Amino acid sequence: MTELDDNRHAGHAGHAALVRVLRDEGRRVLATLIRTVGDWQVAEDAVADAVERALATWPRTGVPEQPRAWLIVTARRCAVDRLRREHRRAEKEASAVELLLPPEDRDADTIDDDLLRLVFTCCHPALEPAAQVALALRTLCGLTTEEVARALLVGEATMSKRITRTKQKIARAAIPYRVPAAHELPDRLLAVAATVYFLFNEGYSATSGDVPLRAELATEAVRLARLVHDLLPDEPTAIGLLALLLLQHSRRDARVDAEGRPVLLADQDRDRWHHDEVVEAVALVGRGLRRCPDRPDPYVVQAAIAACHALAPSTEATDWDAVVSWYDVLLTVRDGPVERLNRAVAIGERDGPAAGLAAVDVVEGLDHYAPWLAARAVLLSRLGRTGEADVAFGLAIDAESNAARRDDLRRRRRRPGVT
Amino acid sequence: MTMYAALIYTDDVDWSAPEHAEETAEYGEFGRGAAAIIRGGAALYPTSTATTVRVKDGDVVTGDGPYAETKEMLMGFYLLECGDLDEAVAAAARIPGARHGAVEVRPVIPM
Repeated sequence: MTELDDNRHAGHAGHAALVRVLRDEGRRVLATLIRTVGDWQVAEDAVADAVERALATWPRTGVPEQPRAWLIVTARRCAVDRLRREHRRAEKEASAVELLLPPEDRDADTIDDDLLRLVFTCCHPALEPAAQVALALRTLCGLTTEEVARALLVGEATMSKRITRTKQKIARAAIPYRVPAAHELPDRLLAVAATVYFLFNEGYSATSGDVPLRAELATEAVRLARLVHDLLPDEPTAIGLLALLLLQHSRRDARVDAEGRPVLLADQDRDRWHHDEVVEAVALVGRGLRRCPDRPDPYVVQAAIAACHALAPSTEATDWDAVVSWYDVLLTVRDGPVERLNRAVAIGERDGPAAGLAAVDVVEGLDHYAPWLAARAVLLSRLGRTGEADVAFGLAIDAESNAARRDDLRRRRRRPGVT
Repeated sequence: MTMYAALIYTDDVDWSAPEHAEETAEYGEFGRGAAAIIRGGAALYPTSTATTVRVKDGDVVTGDGPYAETKEMLMGFYLLECGDLDEAVAAAARIPGARHGAVEVRPVIPM
C-alpha cells in the first residue's frame, strides 16, 4: 500500500498512477468479492462499479485512509444492489440478499488467501490451458476482455465467449475456490507456474499482432510470478519461477535491435541488462536451491542456468562447465528433447563445435524442430563444413515460423564460419 | 452440494460375464467405499445390445448399435453428490473404470 500512501502525500495522484493502483487493489478486492458473493460475474461487475466510483471521487476527496477497505465496502454494496435487482427480476425476496453474504473480513491474511484462491482457481487443471491464461489475464492482471483478445491474438467475440464459458464451467462444475491442501500444493503450483510461464513466453517472443501490447504480457507474467512468490514465499517452484522470469526479463532491452530484430544472447550488449533484477534473481536461486536439496525444483534449476549466463561478462567468459552441470541436474528432474538439445549446445561451447555437433546429433525426436536444425547449421558452419552448413541452414529457415529469427538465420547463412 | 454424473468409458465387453467377476468385485468395493456420495448408477450391457432411437418428423426411427463408433464406450455411470469438483474427481479416480478406460465427470442440471 506504499504506492498509495506516496500518492496521498504527494497530494495529486496522476490519473495513470491512480488507474495502476486501482488495478492492483482491484484484483485483491475481486478475489475477496468472489468468495463472499460466490458469483464471478456479479463480483466482477461490482468491482468495476467500485473502481469507477473511486476514479470519480478520489481525485476530488483524496485517496481514503484505507483505500482497499473503501473499495471492498463499496464493491460489496454494489454487489448487493446488483443481486437485489436480479432477485427482483426473478421475483424473489430482495431483502434476503444481504443475509446471504457472509460478514466482512478485512483481515490482511484473509485477503491474501483470497488472492491465492483466485490464482489456483484460474489455473485449475479442469480448465483448458487457453482458458486458464485468458482468465488469469482478465481477473489477476485486470485486463479488459478486448485487451486480452488483442494480446492473445484472438477475436474479441471469441475471447468474450471463451471467458464466459470458463466462468460458466467454474460455476456449473463447482470448481472450488480454495487454496489446495499441503499434499496437493506442489502439483497444483506446477500448473500455476506453467500458466504464468506460458504467458511470459507469449509476451517474450511476441513478434506478431500488437507487439507492444503483447510485450506487456511478459511484464504481467513477472507481476504474477512475484504475486505467487509473495503469497507462497517458501515454495521452491514459486521461488524458481520468479527467479527464472526476472533473469530472462532482465535482458529485455538488449534482445532486440533498433529495427526490432532479435539479438542472440552472444551478441547482446550486456550493459543494457537490468543488473538489479539479476542480483535479486541470483539471491532467489540460492534460496530456492537451499529449500529443495534432495529433489531440485525444475524452475530453480532453469533459473540457475539462466543465472550462469546473467553473471558472465561475455559469452566466452561464461562458465560453460557449470552450465553443462546444471543441465545434467535438470535432466534428472525434467528430461525432454529440448532440454537435451540445450545441454548439447552448451557442450559445444565448452568442448568445441565437433563435440557440440556430436551431442546435438544424438538428441532424438527434434528432426523438424527449428532450433535443433539451427544449432546443427551453426555448428557445421563453425567446423568449416560449408556445404553441409548451407543445406542445414536451408532446412532450419524452412522450419522456422518466426520471421525475425528466419532473417537472422539467412544472415548467418551468408557469412559462413563467422557464426 | 453439486450432483455429478461419472460416466464410465471402457472396452465394449459384457461386464456380466463370469470372466469379468474380478472387475465386478472391484466395483462392489468402490460402491461400498463411496456409499455416502453415490445417489444412483448402473452398469450397461455391451453396445451390441443397444438400440438408437430418433424421432424424425414425428416418426420413431430406430437403429441398431450405439450412437457413436469409438473404441471405448459408455459402459456405466454413477450419480455422485459432492461438495465440489475436486471431491468428485477424487471419487471418480477410485472407480475401477478410470484405470481400464476413462471416467468423464459432468455436472447434472438441477431440475
